[in-house]
Amino acid sequence: MTTIIKPARPRRSGPSRPAWEEEPGIATKAGKVVILTLVVLAVLGPLYTILLTSISSQGTITQAGGLVLIPGEFSLDAYRQILNGGVVTRAVLVSVGITVTGTLLSMVVSILCAYGLSRPGSFAHTPILFTLLITMFFSAGMIPSYLLVSGLGLINSYWALILPSAVSVFNIIILRGFFMGIDRGILDSARIDGASEWRILAQIVLPMSKAVTAVIALFYGVGYWNAFFNAVLYINDSSKNPLQVVLRSYVLQGVSVPGQIDVGQGVAPSLALQMAVIVIAMVPILMVYPFVQKHFTKGVMIGAVKG
Amino acid sequence: MTTTDFIRRGNRAAGKHDDDVTTLPAPPPVRRKQGLKARFRRDRSLVLMALPVVVLLVVFAYVPLLGNVVAFQSYSPFIGIPASPWVGLENFARVFGDPNFWNAVRNTLVITGFQLVFFFPVPIALALLLNSLLRPAMRATIQAIVYLPHFFSWVLVVSVFQQLLGGAGLLSQMLRANGWSGMDIMTNPDTFLFLITSQAVWKDAGWGIIVFLAALAAIDPEQYEAAAVDGANRWRRMWHVTLPGLRSVIVLLLILRLGDALTVGFEQMILQRDAVGAEAAEVLDTFVYYTGIQNGDWSYAAAAGLIKGVISLGLILAANKVAHLFGENGVYSKS
Repeated sequence: MTTIIKPARPRRSGPSRPAWEEEPGIATKAGKVVILTLVVLAVLGPLYTILLTSISSQGTITQAGGLVLIPGEFSLDAYRQILNGGVVTRAVLVSVGITVTGTLLSMVVSILCAYGLSRPGSFAHTPILFTLLITMFFSAGMIPSYLLVSGLGLINSYWALILPSAVSVFNIIILRGFFMGIDRGILDSARIDGASEWRILAQIVLPMSKAVTAVIALFYGVGYWNAFFNAVLYINDSSKNPLQVVLRSYVLQGVSVPGQIDVGQGVAPSLALQMAVIVIAMVPILMVYPFVQKHFTKGVMIGAVKG
Repeated sequence: MTTTDFIRRGNRAAGKHDDDVTTLPAPPPVRRKQGLKARFRRDRSLVLMALPVVVLLVVFAYVPLLGNVVAFQSYSPFIGIPASPWVGLENFARVFGDPNFWNAVRNTLVITGFQLVFFFPVPIALALLLNSLLRPAMRATIQAIVYLPHFFSWVLVVSVFQQLLGGAGLLSQMLRANGWSGMDIMTNPDTFLFLITSQAVWKDAGWGIIVFLAALAAIDPEQYEAAAVDGANRWRRMWHVTLPGLRSVIVLLLILRLGDALTVGFEQMILQRDAVGAEAAEVLDTFVYYTGIQNGDWSYAAAAGLIKGVISLGLILAANKVAHLFGENGVYSKS
């Protein structure tokens, strides 16, 4: 209690502790390092062993008795097998198609709607906004949704995987909040110069909102890519199944995917195959993630708390 | 339906944000007050822009509400809603007399309660820990890593856990290598609560810290300095400065979770129900799916779903009421 204020010790890098803050003890520091290391390992460890197993030869997997922890013999057999035009290849194509189409559609309608609602006091602003917001409080339920989709004749149609989940009010609200923060002066002067709302949106607002648009596109894209249950509900034709459904039947239910195991070339490295399907389901997310994640806290989430 | 309850929680948190925006005083009107017609002519492109979303929501969120009438019918898909006979509250009576339904209710509430205790505090603790890191680069790296699993699908997460904890998984593999017998956690109903909670923590605890980090960043550092000068040590500063700074976020998220008490990660449950058995893994949503879609007892499942929906709505509204009583903003503001 007596000597709380210590001079900050000079550090080699990084910002220094403020003068009034006491230097933590060795035990505290060590504890922090241990906990954070464990947390990081808990996330990355499973991904590491799954990736490693998917690129290991059958011999290495047998030697390890399952998942591979120490790199052994390298082999891309698993990927060669599942990407040779069989069920997984088709599922990847279906998932990519749905994700691209769905994300485009969702982004177009969401950006339009967010901009249309970005000016309080405009015609019908409040009723439209309420129509959106109220949907966050209820969901009609699984049975009525199913009856609707089947009533529309969308069973076994890819649109059943896109249209019901095309709109996320949450995403629209984030976009709208961002659009509302854009300096009105710029927009007003464009309007005085005779630019239409469409042109203002396309040429002024959108170029100013690249970060938030990227994050929202990621949210939508990930949603479509990961969608699993809609396909279980609405798709009965197994040749139309997206990747997540195939992943479940192959990895969780242990179903051997027909046409996948090439009898002529010896025993299929089944575990490596399963791991390869998992990796393929992760890859698009891992590819887009680094470009978008830096925007998370900056543009998008801070307002949610400060409000 | 495809989102996890956690995202839904986030949705509502953002709903709060939005309402804060809408309740801001409107900017001073630039133009003079115009008639309705003139305003429509002025804003028609804005209305047109909003229209596609409104149409999609009306079709896919509002119209299905009407479909709930099948809960009061003895619905058969072959004759359709108009021709199906009305049976009043018979389906509801059947639901309330069904022990399987009560089993699902009990499981749902137990899981919610368990996760409230063992999931909810994890992001707060992680956020405090991360916030105490001095080097921004280190902090950003760890953040990027722990957010990642949030973007994996439930199928993927369950598959990963299967590979680690299943009968042929890494854990059993290691146990066997050391002379013990293997164990299959993925099919054991007794440990199911721990299993699904650790899955939820793995997937979403990292993402959950985002809100708390933002709240921590909003605390004025001078408060810490003042407290330190007054002789408060780090624990007292955490108690008297940090926690009050997080209070409104914690209350909000807690209340939202309670409002969502009847929803527990649907995809997560349906993926594992077969392996663990209905006794432990049947929750309300899976109950509706199996009775309705799988067994074709449409009206019965719709009744169970409607009961859940109505109680959920009531819980959300009640949770907001409580939030207002605590002096917080809740999901929507009183305005």
